[in-house]
Amino acid sequence: MTGPTPTAPRRDDGAGASDLIAAPLALLSRLIDWPMRAIQRVIGERRMAYVFLLPNLAFFGLFVFVPLIINVVFSVTGGAALFPSQRPYVGAGQYAYLFDCGSFLDPNSCREDHFWRGVSNTARFTLFQVTAMVLFSLVTAVVLNMRIRARGFFRAVYFFPVLLSPVVVALTWKWILQRDGLLNAGITSLGGERILFLVDPSWAMFWIVFVSIWAHMGFYTLILLAGLQAIPADLYEAAEMDATPRWRTFWRITLPLLWPNMIVVIVLALIKGVQTFDEVFVLTGGGPGTATLMVVHYIYETAFSNQVQNFGLAAAASVVLGVVLFALTLAQLAASSRKGAA
Amino acid sequence: MSLVTKLATARRTPGRWHWTDIAAYAYLALGVVLMFGPVLWLAMSSFKTQAGLLEFPPSLLPMSQKEVVVTGHPQPLPLFTVTMPDGSTRVLAQVRRIGIQAQMVDPANPAETIRVAIDKRVPVREFKLATENYTEPLERFAFTRFLWNSVFVTVVATIITLIINSMAAYALSIYEFRGKNTVMLMVIGTLMIPITIILVPVYLVVTELGLVNSLWAVILPGAATPTGVFLLRQYMLTLPRDLIEAARMDKASEWQIYWRIVMPLAMPALAVLAIFSVMWRWNEFLWPLAVLTKTESYTLQIGLNAFQGELQTQWHYLLAMTVVTLLPVALVFVFLQRFITTGIANTGMK
Amino acid sequence: MAQLELSGVRKSFGATHVLHGIDLAVADGEFVVFVGPSGCGKSTLLRVIAGLEGVTGGSIAIDGSDVTGLPASERGLAMVFQSYALYPHMSVYKNMAFALENMGFKRDEIDQRVRRAAGMLRLTDYLERKPKALSGGQRQRVAIGRAIVRDPKIFLFDEPLSNLDAELRVATRKELAGLHAELGGTMIYVTHDQVEAMTLADRIVVLQAGRIEQIGTPLDLYNRPDNLFVAGFIGSPRMNLLPGTVARQGIVRLGEGGHEIACETGALTAGATVTLGVRPEHLALSETTGLPLAVELVERLGGESYLYGSSPGLPQITLKLDGQSGHQRGDTVFLALPSAQLHLFDETGRAIRS
Repeated sequence: MTGPTPTAPRRDDGAGASDLIAAPLALLSRLIDWPMRAIQRVIGERRMAYVFLLPNLAFFGLFVFVPLIINVVFSVTGGAALFPSQRPYVGAGQYAYLFDCGSFLDPNSCREDHFWRGVSNTARFTLFQVTAMVLFSLVTAVVLNMRIRARGFFRAVYFFPVLLSPVVVALTWKWILQRDGLLNAGITSLGGERILFLVDPSWAMFWIVFVSIWAHMGFYTLILLAGLQAIPADLYEAAEMDATPRWRTFWRITLPLLWPNMIVVIVLALIKGVQTFDEVFVLTGGGPGTATLMVVHYIYETAFSNQVQNFGLAAAASVVLGVVLFALTLAQLAASSRKGAA
Repeated sequence: MSLVTKLATARRTPGRWHWTDIAAYAYLALGVVLMFGPVLWLAMSSFKTQAGLLEFPPSLLPMSQKEVVVTGHPQPLPLFTVTMPDGSTRVLAQVRRIGIQAQMVDPANPAETIRVAIDKRVPVREFKLATENYTEPLERFAFTRFLWNSVFVTVVATIITLIINSMAAYALSIYEFRGKNTVMLMVIGTLMIPITIILVPVYLVVTELGLVNSLWAVILPGAATPTGVFLLRQYMLTLPRDLIEAARMDKASEWQIYWRIVMPLAMPALAVLAIFSVMWRWNEFLWPLAVLTKTESYTLQIGLNAFQGELQTQWHYLLAMTVVTLLPVALVFVFLQRFITTGIANTGMK
Repeated sequence: MAQLELSGVRKSFGATHVLHGIDLAVADGEFVVFVGPSGCGKSTLLRVIAGLEGVTGGSIAIDGSDVTGLPASERGLAMVFQSYALYPHMSVYKNMAFALENMGFKRDEIDQRVRRAAGMLRLTDYLERKPKALSGGQRQRVAIGRAIVRDPKIFLFDEPLSNLDAELRVATRKELAGLHAELGGTMIYVTHDQVEAMTLADRIVVLQAGRIEQIGTPLDLYNRPDNLFVAGFIGSPRMNLLPGTVARQGIVRLGEGGHEIACETGALTAGATVTLGVRPEHLALSETTGLPLAVELVERLGGESYLYGSSPGLPQITLKLDGQSGHQRGDTVFLALPSAQLHLFDETGRAIRS
């Protein structure tokens, strides 16, 4: 038995937009409806679900499931051929080659030193980036959640770089950081010496972290802000009635209640951080030398750069990356299920 | 000025100022400079001439030297403000420069040539937008092509994404069928598989399909997005079941229920997915970079990246094309900001 | 217009059995109301008839042809939903035309039918509006109109009035009755409201826990309930059900005082446990003799009054009096039980009839 539902459903129907394009769509619909009706007559109403799933599953299969399997096949075969049947089986050879290291802490002692350089750079990058990202997005979210004027405007200010493409972000900053750029102009006008930001290894690492925070902070701020706004206002009012100092309110009320969102932010930032490629690739090209070479960049170069084209090695590295991402995703699921329980 | 102070000191609830309020506004002000500044600088720089870009320290606004046409000289001549030996200043046009001396003429009296030491003259500059930075690359290089490719990829991919994902979401939200849980698990499972880790085999699949260097190679692999299925399914689950049953009673076929009832009602969710899809596709980089190797199939992002590699010194074109690339996204943002941010806050995706 | 025949219809959701073998024949042009408490399976039965749910067992035939395996879209029935289920993105006109378009009608035929139904339901001025812009009663009428334009074999109504306010409900109820008289179609109507059932139905089907308790005309059910459930369900306020024993042929003894009442006892033997039913409106007051009742509460509604009271060893008894009663709490009155209007039920709840 269905309980009484509140009169007619109220929702935005978007019919205004659909009226404009209605005529050709109606024709299209009628053309598709005819064979669909025929299928429905043969297989029945409920089995139509499979028909609706089919296109999506075909795409999934072709571009996700099959590739996942091929990836593993690639990683256990050698040679330069692209087609699995033409590739000799090498067992764990690719993995052994990847992991052939004197010391895992020193990329130079490894046979595939670029991979380990990438691992080490990615690890450092992710560590710095996630720490700073959480810190800044938390501060920004808290500030945006205060009783301020024009909150929507400020939120938009912090958010808009999220929509910019990595290439645009990288070129924007490259223009500022270059030898004769705005930043060096500022430094020299204050009497300093010009700094070659993207040529110095330490500065290059600093700036890729900075730029990636600049570009993505708005996204994480938004998640935290949503968490902050979900905290009931009466808790703060109760705290105010108890004459709780602001900092104490923050530590004892805000932070514990925000914790589930914090975990989501941390894990998402980790997952994205480990896959960093675009902005760094355009901003520094992995340089100077290999100072900002990331794992994904290594995979891309190994598979697609013209001199090497080592698909097996790239696939093996992908599998390793995939395992790391899988672990992080499990952590996220665990965190979000705890969020549901809280 | 009083308006500014009034705005700055007005808070949502009137009351005593706490130091944290001041710190907050300071932080926000810094944020505005830091977040907007770089893009603003990029936009302003993109209107500078090549010579203007080489200046150090750079000028804030796009300025260029004023030029005049002087009778007897076929080319326009650059204008300078010259300090004469007697201490007076005159505006003269330079005919040519010889060593540390410049030959100059007064535009009003072109017959007389005046010799001036080059350190006694200062260029006369005016505000001028170098729009040729925009027009020339679109004419001389393949940027129109890149632009078209990007638009094509974005539009076609978004349409395909909307259709196939809404169909799957419809199946997963309206029907009970055998294997439903398996399919749901697969959808959730693929949420965690980014293109980065299956780059190589997807490349193989695309090669096998003969699509390398075709725009379809960029469009197809990302068309079935689990995120999209998920988002739409969640929304469709909120539609009243009575509507679907009413449509069945009204002799609608299942396809018609999908197309004429569920799709129009899922418009808000479809709009969110459409906006996301447009952003993803317009900004996509790694996969097109791997699969598009011929210049004529480049998207704007790949073209821009290649352009900066080839033409290191041609910043004036590069900056202008960067602005062209970010413009559609900026426009989308200006009009749909609230929509996008709430969409992200609700779904946790970007 | 059509007739409907259900035989042995069963329906289970997993281990939950909702319908246990329903047999029912609905004649052409008949208005049948399914009534019962929530969870009795009346809505499920309607949905099974509609084809929105499959059956677990049994068969359904419309006009003599078996439709058990047919999906809803092919049975040719129309349904008015409790929530109305109006398509929110379509105008009133489009809502009504949707089914006709699906059936492949010509444009002018659709227009003619929609306009005729709209005229009948006073919706002509609202055809271009969206459901959002209509009042509850108007939405209701659109939902009915959507069914009418189809000229379906059978109209199905699933608690169509339950979302309307009391006043509108009465008005719409009358309109529905008029509509049935005008259209003459076969209608099946589900409600939990017995007033709707009594006023609209040619025949009422009382359901409880997935079983049919009784089928009959409204007055049949009122006058001659087959069992305790129907006796308690039909009639408002509820029939007084008093436990007692058969003293001897034709006499039932009630309560602690062993008050004896003359009543048809059928084939029951002395000492049998029975339930005596008497409607509040059939109880009469007598000054000195009869069943003593201590008045606990008096409700005066102006035109009529209700007395609630107790008698030792019996549950609370309700009494309906015409006019404005002068009794007070604490008074003791005596009840006369007219034997012609008594209902007697045996231990299993079945009615005893001569």
